[in-house]
Parts: sequence; structure tokens; C-alpha cells
Amino acid sequence: MRLLTFKGGIHPEDGKSLSKDHPIKELFPGNELVYPLSQHIGAPAVPIVKKGDSVLKGQKIAEPGGFVSSPVYASVSGTVKGIEKRFNPTGTKVDCIIIENDGLYEEVKYASVQSVDELSKEEIIKKIQEAGVVGMGGAGFPTHVKLSPKDADKIEYIIANGAECEPYLTADYRSMLENTEEIVSGMRIVLSLFKNAKAIFGVEDNKLDCVAKLKEAIKEEPRMEVMTLQTKYPQGAERQLIYALTKRALNSSMLPADAGCIVDNVETFESIHKAVMEGKPLIERVVTVSGDAVACPANYRVPLGTNHRELIEEAGGFKEWPEKIISGGPMMGFAMPVLDVPVTKTSSGILAFLKDEVKQDVPSACINCGRCVEVCPSRIIPSRLADLAERHEEAGFVSMNGLECVECGSCSYVCPAKRQLKQAIGSMRKMALANRKKK
Amino acid sequence: MNEKLNISSSPHVRDKMTTNKIMLYVLIGLLPATIFGIYNFRNEHAWILVVVTTFTAVLSEYLYERLMHKPITIGDLSAAVTGLLLALNLPPTLPVWMGALGSVFAIVVVKQLFGGLGQNFMNPALAARCFLLISFTGRMTYFVYDGITGATPLAKLKAGETINTFDMMVGTIRGTIGETSMFAIILGACFLLLMGVIDLRIPGTYIVTFVIFISIFGGQGFDPSFITAHLCGGGLMLGAWFMATDYVTSPITKTGQIVYGVCLGVLTGLFRLFGGSAEGVSYAIIISNLLVPLIEKMTLPKPFGKGGERV
Repeated sequence: MRLLTFKGGIHPEDGKSLSKDHPIKELFPGNELVYPLSQHIGAPAVPIVKKGDSVLKGQKIAEPGGFVSSPVYASVSGTVKGIEKRFNPTGTKVDCIIIENDGLYEEVKYASVQSVDELSKEEIIKKIQEAGVVGMGGAGFPTHVKLSPKDADKIEYIIANGAECEPYLTADYRSMLENTEEIVSGMRIVLSLFKNAKAIFGVEDNKLDCVAKLKEAIKEEPRMEVMTLQTKYPQGAERQLIYALTKRALNSSMLPADAGCIVDNVETFESIHKAVMEGKPLIERVVTVSGDAVACPANYRVPLGTNHRELIEEAGGFKEWPEKIISGGPMMGFAMPVLDVPVTKTSSGILAFLKDEVKQDVPSACINCGRCVEVCPSRIIPSRLADLAERHEEAGFVSMNGLECVECGSCSYVCPAKRQLKQAIGSMRKMALANRKKK
Repeated sequence: MNEKLNISSSPHVRDKMTTNKIMLYVLIGLLPATIFGIYNFRNEHAWILVVVTTFTAVLSEYLYERLMHKPITIGDLSAAVTGLLLALNLPPTLPVWMGALGSVFAIVVVKQLFGGLGQNFMNPALAARCFLLISFTGRMTYFVYDGITGATPLAKLKAGETINTFDMMVGTIRGTIGETSMFAIILGACFLLLMGVIDLRIPGTYIVTFVIFISIFGGQGFDPSFITAHLCGGGLMLGAWFMATDYVTSPITKTGQIVYGVCLGVLTGLFRLFGGSAEGVSYAIIISNLLVPLIEKMTLPKPFGKGGERV
């Protein structure tokens, strides 16, 4: 059978064997937990606790700052030490609630339900919103907003993104293997909101064990299907994934709902299950700790707010101090300037490398080889767009379809001249979008 | 512990291919034709011209960049590729200083004055060849094989004389140093195809278009020996596989590459059949080089989500 895929893309070395066979382990955090108020796309959350307050595990500590926003919960019991600026994984200082862990893990009582049928659609969405569920694949878009499209009857596909196309990351892989039931239950809940929709689990063919496990779990589900995708980066990019699974193509000015689709990461479905069935807010997630600088790469279930340094210590520490640490995957993740940053709702992994592979790369002149054009999933011309970006020619950049870029970095990956194509295009794109909003 | 960390924009992994490696592969791809040419024209001491022309290209790049206080880029091997390509396009008896002059023209005028690697709009080696052809027409069209002066098979073909097509495939004929052996050129081209340096789009459409063109307008119909003679004679093979495929001077868009190949085939056929000279590849390529910006503009791909997504 021909595998489902999109045009373009790359095959970087996947590095997943380092951590893929390590089952998810629980991690208990240290003394201090840090909760950024902005772990999602949209307005930052507003703190509802103050210095000196004692909190329980699962207690809300910040309210959403609007509809497109999300609340924050304490993942341990303890005392609020204050609200101050701390580094987030991207290296910016942001407002955070600091909680001192009392080590007792006293938890609030959650309101669980036996069956989704007990709840109305509005109640389900309310529960998901209330639990602070956001897209856990990396973008952090509030899930309740995605689940509230203009016309729910027009939604035909609910897609669970299990592609995990980023090299090294195995958090979704382990979740699909170990928490299959919860993920399927989350999907069942979402399906109950959209009567015309069917569910698709999209999984790359380097995770056939997950495909088998999911297929087994949905045997009795007439509205669900598992589809195998070709292993290729960026197979898990939203537009590419929708196209591979449904042959519907979105451009930059469309939303998945315009093509009748809703896409969420597999772990998000697990969180939806917990939010609705168990009444439990989003206070933990699975994080891959890997890379050649880590003594024992592994996957952990980590309370949000845990310091990344503790993850590294739990994984046996560094063999040697690494040259580079990445939050997320090597293709789209952020190089961390400091290690002491908290795990947030969107932290899928922390990767530490002894050698910074790209350090030696000095950009040289474009030789027009066309490799970037070949791999670009957006089917645009990265080399020319980067030229335009470097010359700040916004009009030309827009007319050459620069806004269609998904910033996957495939062009920079293949460029033999080692040009920073994605960086140039990405910053120009942000500027052009901002200018467009102003108008 | 000193907790210093590197930061940079993503992606944090890169493919192993570099400009340098690509140029090295092209040099390796040119080796069969070079070795065959040096052997084929051993009586004419073709090796001296090859070495001097290649070396001068590298030296002029070095000196120019030195004088202009620019970073020295001879390490990327692109100047060596240009020099060698020019040498392979020269008759073996050409005075060595003319070859050197050609290299200086290719590197300084065609490449560096327009901004260096990636900025030239014409293939430097071919522009230099045309420059030499106009300046020293006699020496540039003086062909010797095995000590005997005479016309190239392509010129004979044009004059209506009989030619041996087998010799033309092997390359034991008169011609420029690197163009005579189809076998050697194809061997090198296969290496480049295998290494992913070139693909079939440009050379394929070029050759197919050319064959169709001469079948229609050649007056011989679809005559295999006539077509073989045209394919193996002159600079067509070397041009199609090693110079039309030059990244810098060919379109970056996939459709554009097809259009470009068609242009090359038609122009080569036109020049060979209806032009004054038996040859036409060099001019066909440099004229098509000039069409590249236009071709690219016309063949801008449709982006994903606007019609360009189909696998």
C-alpha cells in the first residue's frame, strides 16, 4: 500500500532509539516549582493566589485572561513563594507563580463522571476549558477554542496527531503505547461533540506498534480509524497532516475547521479524557529526556513547573556539560540559554548534545541548487524568499507567497551553503503579519 | 561549573551536503572525460592546457579576492570546476596563454564582477569559450586528431560527408579536449545522478527536444545514424550533462527546468541546422541562461493550499 504523505519534506536521522524503549516513569519534583502565566497562545492567565497562600495539588492558581487563554493549576501542594519574572524555555523572562513544594502532594477532590452521556456538549467544552487543556504538541493553542468552531455540524474529521515527526522525541510514542485507552477515550469525548465527524489517528510508519495498539483499542468504534503515514519530516505539521490524511489542502489564511477538520496532538486527547472523565486539570505531561550528553535517556511523566535541571538529574545527569540544550525537537525546538527553566504544557522534550552540530556552519553564497525548493512542504522558493527577507522587501516577499511558510526548517536543513533560510523567512513573515494586522 | 550553552535559531541539525562537496562531485564527474581527453590528445599534449587553464581559474579567483579584500573562496572548488570545464571546451592545440586568458575572463569578468559565486547570470566557462571563439576564431576552430588536421565529424556531417558514428561514441575523433567521448561523459553524468547532484529534468528535456527538432527539420527524418552523430558530435553531451545543469545559471523551479531544457534543444537545433557554424551548444546555453529570470517568473510554483499540494 502506498503510504499517506505530502509533497516535499526531509528524512533527518531520527535518534529515537535512545529513548523509545524506556517506559514512562513518574518524576517527583524538587522544592521549587515555577508556573509561567503564559503557557499557551492567547492572553496570559491572571494569578488568583498571592505570596504566602497555601495551595493543594490540582488547585487553580491563575484564571484565564480571556476566551483565547487558559488557566494554570498547581501540580504540587505547598506555599506560594511569590510571583516574579523567570526564564521560560525560549529564553525570555516571563511572569511566573513560584510554589514551594511541601512534599505531601495533598490533592483536591476532583469531580469525576461515569460516562460522557451525563454531560451536555457545553458542559464538556466547559470542563476542557476549566482544566486548562491546550495543544500539547508545541503550539499550545487552547483546546476549547478549537472545539468551538462556528458550525459544529461542518466538522467531518477529528484528527489525532501521532506523527511525532521530530527526531529524538518519543513522548507521544510512549503515550500511544502506554495510555492508549485514555487517548481513545479522549477521542470518544470529542466525537460526541461533532455528530458528522469521524476520527482519524495519524501515526508514522516508524511506530507500527502504536498503529497495532490503537487499531486494537478502536475495534469496537465504528467512527474511528487508524491511518499509517510515511515517516517523513514535517509529517506532523498541521496542514501537511490534514492533507496526507484527507487530501484537503489549507493555505495560510485558512483554519483546519475551514476544511472540516480539527487536529490535536495525541497527548492532548489524553488530557481531554482526564479533564472530562476524572475532572482532573492539566498538571503533568510526558517529556522525553534525550541526546548524546544525557547519561540515561528516558521518558518521564513530569508535574508542570518542574525545573528542567531535575529532569536531567533524574536521567543520570550529563556525561559532560553539553554545548547545546534544546527544548523540543531538533528541527523546531528552541536552544535554551539557561537550564533552570520550568516544564510547561508544551514541553515535549529536552535534548542535550555534547557537540553543537551547526556551530561550525558558516553561511555562504546561494548556488541556486534548488534543494530547498525540492523539500519545501509549502511549495514556495525558500532561497529567493530569504534574499527578499534579507533586503527587507516586504511587498516582494508577500507576492512570492512568503506568508505560506510553516517554518518547519526543512530548507535550512538541506541547504548546502548552510544559509539560515528559515530564520530569515520566519522573521520577515512575523513582521509582514504584524504589519498586516496594523492596517 | 561553567554553564555556557550555544544558542541559535532552529533547525539544530543539518544535512551533511555542502557546496564544497557538490563541487568536488562535479570535478569527479568530469574526471572520465578529462582523462579520456588527455589520453586521446596525448600527441597534442592536451594535459598542459588542462592544467594551466584550471590553475589559472583558481589563481585569478584568489588574486581578485585578495586585491578586493574579499574572503578567499577558492576552497569551495567552484573556480576549479569553471577552469576545468573551460579547458574541456578548448581545442587541444590552442596556445596555452589563450586558455589562461579565457580563465581570467571567466572568473574575473563573468563571475567576480557580478558578485562572485551564485551571482553570475551566464555560465562562466561557456561565456569564456565564446569570448575566445570570437577573439581567436582560427585557433579555436583548428582541430587535430592523431597529428592530422581536418574538420570535426559534425562539420563533415553538415557538409554532407560520411562519418563513423562508432568512433564518435568512443571519442576517437577531432574536437575539443573533453567533448569527444560520449561514453566518458555519460559515465561521469551517471555518477552525478547517483550522488543526487543533478537530475534528468534539464539534460533529458534538452536531448529529447533536440532529437525531435532535428528529426523534423534535419531533412533526414528519424535516421538513427544521423541522430547519433548529432548527439555525439560537438559539445552536446558535455553541454547537456555538465553545463546546462549548472545550478547558478539554470532555473530553480521544476517546471522552469523543463522549459529551459526545451529552449536549449530548440536553440541548439536551430544553430546547428540553420546557422553558419556546425556547432551551437555554447551559444544555445548562454542565450538560454539569459532567459532564466523570465522562465522563473513564468513558472513560479503554486504554494501548498493554493493548488501546489498534489503529490
